[in-house]
Amino acid sequence: MSRIGVFVCWCGENIARTVDVAEVASAAAKIPGVRCSVHYKYMCSDPGQAMIREKIESEKLDAVVVASCSPHMHLKTFRKTAQRAGLNPYLVEMANIREHCSWVHHQRGEATAKAAEIIRMSVEKVRQNHALQAIRVPVTRRALVIGGGVAGIQAALDIADAGYEVVMVEREPSIGGKMAGLSETFPTLDCSQCILTPRMVEVGQHPRIKLYSYSEVEAVDGFVGNFTAKIRQKARYVDISKCTGCGECWNVCPLKRNPSEFDFKMGMRPAIYVPFPQAVPARPVIDSKTCAKLIRNGCGLCEKKCQAGAINFKDTDRVVEEKIGAVVVATGFQLYGIGKKQNGKLVGYGEYGYGKYKDVIDSLQFERLVSASGPTNGAIKRPSDGKEPKNVVFISCVGSRDNAKGLSYCSKICCMYTAKHTMLYKHKVHDGQAHVFYMDIRSGGKGYEEFVRRAIEQDGAKYYRGRVSKITEQNGKLIVRGADTLAGTPVTIEADLVVLAAAMRPAPGVTDLARMLNVGYDEHGFLLESHPKLRPVETNAAGVFICGACHSPKDIPESVAQASAAAAKTQILFAAEELTREPEIAQINEQTCAACYACYRTCPYHAIEQAEVRTPRGVFVKKTARVNPGLCMGCGTCVAACPSKSAELEGFTEQQIYSMVESLA
Amino acid sequence: MKLAYYPGCALHGSSNDYEQSLRACLGKLEVEPQEIKEWICCGATAAHALNHKLSIALPARNLALAEQQGFEDMLAPCPMCSMQLLKAAKLMDEDAGLRREISSVIEVEASGRLQVLNLIQVFQRIGLDRIKPAVKKPLADLKPACYYGCLLTRPPDVVKFDDPEQPSSMEAIMAMLGAKPVDWNYRTECCGAGMTMAKEATVLELSQRILADAREHGANCLVTACPMCHVNLDMKQGDIEQRYGTRFGLPIYYLTDVVGLALGLSSEELGIDRHFVKQPQ
Repeated sequence: MSRIGVFVCWCGENIARTVDVAEVASAAAKIPGVRCSVHYKYMCSDPGQAMIREKIESEKLDAVVVASCSPHMHLKTFRKTAQRAGLNPYLVEMANIREHCSWVHHQRGEATAKAAEIIRMSVEKVRQNHALQAIRVPVTRRALVIGGGVAGIQAALDIADAGYEVVMVEREPSIGGKMAGLSETFPTLDCSQCILTPRMVEVGQHPRIKLYSYSEVEAVDGFVGNFTAKIRQKARYVDISKCTGCGECWNVCPLKRNPSEFDFKMGMRPAIYVPFPQAVPARPVIDSKTCAKLIRNGCGLCEKKCQAGAINFKDTDRVVEEKIGAVVVATGFQLYGIGKKQNGKLVGYGEYGYGKYKDVIDSLQFERLVSASGPTNGAIKRPSDGKEPKNVVFISCVGSRDNAKGLSYCSKICCMYTAKHTMLYKHKVHDGQAHVFYMDIRSGGKGYEEFVRRAIEQDGAKYYRGRVSKITEQNGKLIVRGADTLAGTPVTIEADLVVLAAAMRPAPGVTDLARMLNVGYDEHGFLLESHPKLRPVETNAAGVFICGACHSPKDIPESVAQASAAAAKTQILFAAEELTREPEIAQINEQTCAACYACYRTCPYHAIEQAEVRTPRGVFVKKTARVNPGLCMGCGTCVAACPSKSAELEGFTEQQIYSMVESLA
Repeated sequence: MKLAYYPGCALHGSSNDYEQSLRACLGKLEVEPQEIKEWICCGATAAHALNHKLSIALPARNLALAEQQGFEDMLAPCPMCSMQLLKAAKLMDEDAGLRREISSVIEVEASGRLQVLNLIQVFQRIGLDRIKPAVKKPLADLKPACYYGCLLTRPPDVVKFDDPEQPSSMEAIMAMLGAKPVDWNYRTECCGAGMTMAKEATVLELSQRILADAREHGANCLVTACPMCHVNLDMKQGDIEQRYGTRFGLPIYYLTDVVGLALGLSSEELGIDRHFVKQPQ
């Protein structure tokens, strides 16, 4: 390049206060090959950009260096500007004299000299840039939604209603997630199933949604716009195309007393079962761990009773492949396991007696008790003796906000659902008294504060600000010893039932799924978004979006909002004719490549293929490594690994880097 | 088994019946704990209330002396002593500068290799499955309430022993001896500790609750591993009965008493006849 333009930005005071921009610009003008060198107060502004375009045209520039802020801020801006003036956007470099210079140094003389050096290096680099074209990949306009809870359902419906096909994978026998098991939802006290099941049915019947229930994602290969997902359909032992859902099988099953997963062990289910009456699909599944026929070839009554011939004890898992363009992860949450056996640093809360005393339960178990479709048909009964509890203690923050023995974060929804629980309890047990031990009350949503006040003022819930130190049992009652720090006294309550508000945690297995998708996760297993403020539903894996509780603890309105956001992002992806990818990727010189495949083994994105070099007639010449331009993220690991220097990174070649270093000498 | 023995003030002083019981019982299992020479006070509650470095230096000297005298394991039967020893070891382990400083204060090198064991851990070391065959008189009539007190399992990150909320190590020993330990609510609640002198009413109240809960859950005796707890529950039981107008009559055994009886030793050999609350006939 012999006609390089240098544009030095003041960035208002950010750069100009510490760096003498005029001097730096005139120093750059002296570098061989620099055609013009100017400075301006705000290079990213409209007049600033116009200046760049004007210079490109009038000086016939063949490369541009903008000395200003970080490329993270404005590289896209200046590349677009150059492109508008007819210059290839990859012949634009940014010299960071703000974050790397004026913002970290104080002494004007030193900072100015350093800025001049940074610009000199960028000029050397851009001299050896190639004019590149963005890589174009086709898009498969089908989305994979992993998880069939309220977030997954919302995302699937939004994408399908926009006209695209959706593949939904749900690991439980039915979609609906945790929301299907709730009794009523805050702050409206809507019946949870009543508002959810219509949408569940919509998903089940939608012409563009393909539902794989009782299935799990095993592998996802490919790249944005071009994924291939392997899905394992677990054996149901029931052919759902033949089954009519009549219920004869589960009525006749003699093994009725298996702890129900849907009821969180508060109730029982048979070995062949539908998790709840409104299940979608409304077809049973056989539990292979307890079914007598599957274990020891006994029983078989359900098969005899089934008029549709839908029972198939010879069923096996099936693995199917689906081609998709985008993935939405909506895997939801599980509750913190309060019992003693935990993983890693969590040690459980032995002082609450969960697991020891039958009448100490967690919040989801209480929801099942209150739910009209639950194991007690909505009657609130003590698990120990079935009597109606007259004094119920609710303990907030079990497992959450605890740096010593639990998780450090706030689980967000517990203050609200605990207030809700006190109200639901009071509505059913008019002479009952609810007691809540809390640390703070967090009720920041729309109508949430008013809701909590209702629980206290209208439904008479007693709130004690303090923790519970120990729960013991005496004469069939639970002795709850806690503190009331506002009154400054200890409080002892003889409770009939204790409900622990356990922390929300990501669903089991989500970290394995994250690794399949190249999505990051934090120390708690919550999936990482691209940017916590501005990109909450995107991830650093292109084409993979997240929504709902898999990202962080949240309530239903937020989960639904995030699901629609993820659907919108998916639609943006699908709206383009083709996808473009940055072309600054690795290249492998197939002449010199010895096919040692060190790069193939080290590439973190599996972007290197084992390929062959053949003559035009198809005669085999040699093996080689080859970069898949759709997958390569330009990380440069292969460049470091290659022993023959056959791998180079476009835009960051070794020669360019040597030139930059030498320019300082 | 080569075992150093740190009696602390209690076992040589007002709780020397515990030492008698301990020597008899462990002797029957062919373990001869050797008292370390020139041991000093562990600091107990007084030291850490007054001066942090003193509270580390005092137990550190005992650790260092035991190491110097060639031991790798040390039994400290009093949970307050064992907790202070473990705490000093832990703090010096985490902070090399502290270790050097303390070593110079106590004028002995404290290397941190010594393992401090409580009484239950010593039985576990010997092996419950090796003690069981030696049991001559299974304690079928015994329904003990196993009382851990506040310090055997706490602070959990210092003593690292059993479950701080629902411990079960003593019950395991009882079951091995053929006894029927009861499930009760006050296993780790405070007995009043050193308030015996300063605020007797507190001790009487707290210990009364323990005795009452034990009885309510069907216990016919209590077993404890702490000499302080023993004083409050045994020596003070009469005062408790008088103050609360209720009769308990619950013998308070040291853990070594119970193991010793099962091994065939007599009450006199174990010093049980020296307790205030007499065994039923």
